[in-house]
Amino acid sequence: MHYTEIMVRYGELSTKGKNRQDFIRQLGRNVRAVLHQFPAVKVHAQRDRLHVSLNGEDDKRVIKALQGVFGIETLYPSIRVEKDMATIKKTALEMATEQYHDGDTFKINTRRQDKHFEYHTNQINNMLGDYVLEGVPGITVDVKHPDIAIRVEIRMNGAFLSSETIHGAGGLPVGTGGRATMMLSGGIDSPVATYLAMKRGVKIDMIHFYSPPYTSEQALNKAKQLTSVLAQYSGNIQFIQVPFTEIQETIKEKVPEGYLMTIQRRMMLRIAAQITESRHCGGVFTGEALGQVASQTLESMRAINDVTTMPVLRPLVSMDKTEIIKISKDIATYDLSILPYEDCCTIFTPPAPKTRPNLERSRQFEGYIDVEGLMKKAIDHIQITDIKPGEDFLNQDVDAFAELL
Amino acid sequence: MIYFDNSATTQILPGVLDTYNKVSQQIWGNPSSLHNFGEQAFNLLEQSRKQIADLLHVHADEIYFTSGGTEGDNWVIKGTAIEKREYGKHLITTSVEHAAVRNSMEQLKRLGYEITYLPVDDQGRISVADLKAAIRPDTTLVSIMAVNNEIGTIQPIKEAAELLKGYPKIHFHIDAVQGLGKGIQDLIFNDRVDFVAFSGHKFHAPRGTGFIYGRRGRRIAPLMNGGGQEKNQRSGTENLPGIAAMAKAIRLVLDKEPAAISEECQIKQLIIDHIAQFDKVVIFSKNDATFAPHILCFAIKGVRGETIVHAFEKYHIYISTTSACSSKDHDEAGTLNAMKVPENIATSAVRISLGDQNTLDEAKEFIKVFDQLYEEFDKLS
Repeated sequence: MHYTEIMVRYGELSTKGKNRQDFIRQLGRNVRAVLHQFPAVKVHAQRDRLHVSLNGEDDKRVIKALQGVFGIETLYPSIRVEKDMATIKKTALEMATEQYHDGDTFKINTRRQDKHFEYHTNQINNMLGDYVLEGVPGITVDVKHPDIAIRVEIRMNGAFLSSETIHGAGGLPVGTGGRATMMLSGGIDSPVATYLAMKRGVKIDMIHFYSPPYTSEQALNKAKQLTSVLAQYSGNIQFIQVPFTEIQETIKEKVPEGYLMTIQRRMMLRIAAQITESRHCGGVFTGEALGQVASQTLESMRAINDVTTMPVLRPLVSMDKTEIIKISKDIATYDLSILPYEDCCTIFTPPAPKTRPNLERSRQFEGYIDVEGLMKKAIDHIQITDIKPGEDFLNQDVDAFAELL
Repeated sequence: MIYFDNSATTQILPGVLDTYNKVSQQIWGNPSSLHNFGEQAFNLLEQSRKQIADLLHVHADEIYFTSGGTEGDNWVIKGTAIEKREYGKHLITTSVEHAAVRNSMEQLKRLGYEITYLPVDDQGRISVADLKAAIRPDTTLVSIMAVNNEIGTIQPIKEAAELLKGYPKIHFHIDAVQGLGKGIQDLIFNDRVDFVAFSGHKFHAPRGTGFIYGRRGRRIAPLMNGGGQEKNQRSGTENLPGIAAMAKAIRLVLDKEPAAISEECQIKQLIIDHIAQFDKVVIFSKNDATFAPHILCFAIKGVRGETIVHAFEKYHIYISTTSACSSKDHDEAGTLNAMKVPENIATSAVRISLGDQNTLDEAKEFIKVFDQLYEEFDKLS
C-alpha cells in the first residue's frame, strides 16, 4: 500500500501558548531541511498539525527521515482519494485487509470537515464498517480497544484515510531552545548527551579537544563522524576543534600527578566556557554521569566547575551506563563510539587520579601554569568545520573505492 | 568457443580482474595494521562487506569472508557440530548435496555424530514431511542446498523455513553456491535461515573467494584459529583483492540478473524443445520456477556421459558430466542415483550450465552440433 500523504501531530509544543507560532514555524523549517533530499515533497505547517504531501516520493524513506525530527509526536501515513463513497470503501477495505491478523478487531473513526458531503459522520462509519466486516472474513468490531483503527477524514480537498500510527522522536523542535556548546570526546556518553540536549530544542555547537600526535587523525575523524550522525537530528553542526597538546604537556610537566586530570578538565572547561561566551551560546553541555569515573564525582565536578559561572548542563548525570548505551544504540552512535582510537581524555590519565580533589589545592596547582597565555594560544588556533548530516569522515576513500567496487 | 559449463566455474569479468589487480598493487596494506596504510585496506574491506550486505539486504556484520563454497559448507557444518555438541549430535541433510556438505557430514559421522540423509523424489526434491519426521530433540543442524548443482532443482526452502520456525534452536544452513543471480535471493534470505554459503568463482569473481552469511545471534565454532580476523571467527589475513573483486562481481551480476535469467530461460527452452524430439534423449531438468534457470541435465541413452562431453569438445563446446567436482571419480551422478534413475541412464547424463554471457546464437550452434552427434551416436548403438 503506497501512502500519498503524511499527517504529523505535534508534540508538547501545542501547549506552549504564545510561543506556539514560533515553534510551528521552526518545526516547519526543520522538517523542510530534513526532507530536502525529496524534491517533490510539499510541507504545510498548520496550527494543529503539519501536512506532508509525498507527490510520488518513497513513503518509507520519508517516514524514516521524519522519525528523527524532534517536536513530532506521531505520524499518520495516509492515502488521499476522491470524495466518492465507492472509492473510500475500497480503500478502507484494502487497509483493513493489509493489517488484519487472525482475531483482530477494528473500528472506523470518521471526521467530516466538509459539511456538504452527502453522508453524515455516523452514516459513513456504518457504511464503511459494514463493508469491511463483509470483506475481511473473521474480523469483528470493537469500538473501545480496536486492533485496527481506520481514520477517515472528509476534507474540502479530498478524503484522507489512515490507520497506522508511527511514533515520532518527541521533544521540542531544535532551535526553539536556544544555542549551547557541547564538549564532545568521542566516547559513548557525549553523543548521547548531545542527543538529549537537542531533544529539548537546543541547537548545539561541538567543541572537541585534540592532541596530536598523542591522539590520531582517526580519533579526530571519529568525533567528526559522530557529529555528522548527530546532525541528522538537528541539521548542520559547527564542529570546533581545539588544539590541546601544549596545554596537556605543560600540565604533565608542572602539576602533581594526582591533580593532572582535574587541572586538565579545568582548562578544558575554561576554554569551552570562553568559546561559548564568544559565540553567544547559553551554556555548556557535557556527557558526565555521576560516579562513572574519577572526574565524575561531586567533589571533582565542584573542583572543575569552579572555573566558570556559565551553566554546565549534564543530561546524563543520574543515568546508568546501561541506559546510556541503550540510547546510543538507538541513535546509531554506539558502533562509532567504541572504535578503539585514543582520545585526549584517556591519553594522559594518571595511574591514580584523585577522586576527591580539593578545591583550594586545584586552584593552587593551576597557578603553576600560564592559564591565560595557554588558553589564548589554543583559542587562537581553533578550527571550525560545518558538518552536514550523514557526511563521511572516517572513510574518505569512499569515492575512490566506489570505482573499485 | 561455447562455454556451457558455468556451474563448474565462470570466467572472471574484466572489470572484476581490474579491481583485483588495482587492489593488489595499490591497497596492499594489512587491514589489521594500525597505520593509515593499513587503515585504508581496512576501510576497503569493510566497504566491500557493506556493499555485499546491502545488495543482499542483510546486515554487514552478518557477512564473513571465506576461501570459497567448500570452506563455507565445512565451517557451518563442523562449526555447528562443535558449538552445539552438548545439545545434540544429530544433523540432517539431503541425499543430493554437494560433496562439500556430504563429506563434512561423513567426517562427523566417523566422530560419532548421527546423520540423516533425506530422500528425494523423481525431480531431486526433498519433502518437508520427511524433514519433519527426521527432526529429533538432539538435532542441531538442517543443511539444504538451494539449487542442486547437477540437475538444477530448487529445494522447498520456504516450506522448510516455515517448518523450522517451530524448532528455533536448530541451525538452518543453505548451500547457495549455485544460487546467486538466479532470482531466488528472497527464497534464500528468508526470515528463518541462519547460515548461507557462497562461492565467488561461480559468479565471475576470482577463485579462492567466498563468504558465508551468519544471522546475528547465531554462533558456530571457528575452524580457523589465529589472529582474530573476521571478528575472531575466521582467522587469516584477509584476501582483500579477492574480496573487493567479489563485491564488485556481485554488483555486476545482480545488475544484469533479470536480463540474464530471461536470456538463460530462452536458451534453455530452445535446447529442451529441440532435444526432446529425439527418442533416446531423457531430460531431467524443467524450465519453470521449480528449477534454476541455468542448469539443464539430460541423457542420451546408450552413450556414456564422458563420450558426449568429449564429442562436443571437438567442436569447442564445453559441457560437463553431472558435476565437475566429482566427474573424474566414478562416483558419478549422485543426484540421479538418489532420484532412482536407472544406472544405465544415469551414466549417460550430461549437464549444460548457462551463464549471463551465453547467447541464443550459441544455443542454435549447439543444436546444429547436437544433431550431427546424435546421428553418429545413433549409428553406434
